[in-house]
Amino acid sequence: MERFMEAPGVVFRVGDIPITETMFVGWLVMLFILGLGAIIRRTLDERPRGIQTYAEIAVNGFHAVVSDTMGADKVGFLSFVGALILFVFISNILGVAGVRPPTSDVNITMGMAILTFLMTQFYRAKAKGILGYFKDFGQPIALLFPLNIISELAAPISLGMRLFGNILGGTIIVALIYDVFPVAIPIPFHLYFDLFVGAVQTYIFAMLTMVYVKMAME
Amino acid sequence: MDPMLIGIVAIGASGFAVGLAAIGPGIGQGFAAGKAVEALARQPELRSEIISTMLLGQAVAETTGIYGLVMSLILLGIAQNFL
Repeated sequence: MERFMEAPGVVFRVGDIPITETMFVGWLVMLFILGLGAIIRRTLDERPRGIQTYAEIAVNGFHAVVSDTMGADKVGFLSFVGALILFVFISNILGVAGVRPPTSDVNITMGMAILTFLMTQFYRAKAKGILGYFKDFGQPIALLFPLNIISELAAPISLGMRLFGNILGGTIIVALIYDVFPVAIPIPFHLYFDLFVGAVQTYIFAMLTMVYVKMAME
Repeated sequence: MDPMLIGIVAIGASGFAVGLAAIGPGIGQGFAAGKAVEALARQPELRSEIISTMLLGQAVAETTGIYGLVMSLILLGIAQNFL
């Protein structure tokens, strides 16, 4: 567990680009989600059976969350938000297995936050037109234009840093506990820092993403 | 300045960064939780909605504390270069 205190190690290199442990595990998580989707898709049936039941429960849950938060007319964001929830949640709880969670890497969380930022900008322009897009920054008076731009840029930074800080902080605390008590004692800390914080931060990340996109479209 | 001194100051500052940054979010989160309990006592049937709103508000309040943590990690990284 000592290695969690260091920067993520390099697994292999593609040319000059180092592929770190967190990136590699992140790809594995994506492959896992894709594979799961492909398997469930192949055995899709009118009468749900086995794993399809759980998949339907999950999709219904995501559907309820998205339509409650964004409104029934924006339920098309379900695929994006659902993918985000699955990736972030599986990444967060990987700490239980002793794997460094991909979300404890600032590059991955900020990548997702920048994706959300680009989405908010795109949908703001799409919903209001280019003129309305710039007019939106002059609300409530034109004097606040620079302040509105700063607050717009602060949103993705706080979104990415929040997930990164929570997960990395939890990982470091559990690693410190492992140094002192190598057996049994870390289990409740794993439950709290990996499972509880992981689930809550997933919910919050998805929720804030939805709120930002919704606010941009209003 | 003495590089050793810079390292020591950076380590001390990293402790202060996370410690001082924890005060504000602690007060804020406690306040949010207390108000949520008040709301629950008044309207127990809105339990899930109140709890999800409380968690969302607490997470936003926590952001400044997390900034302190990130700053302290950066300072620890700086200290490593000097010690």
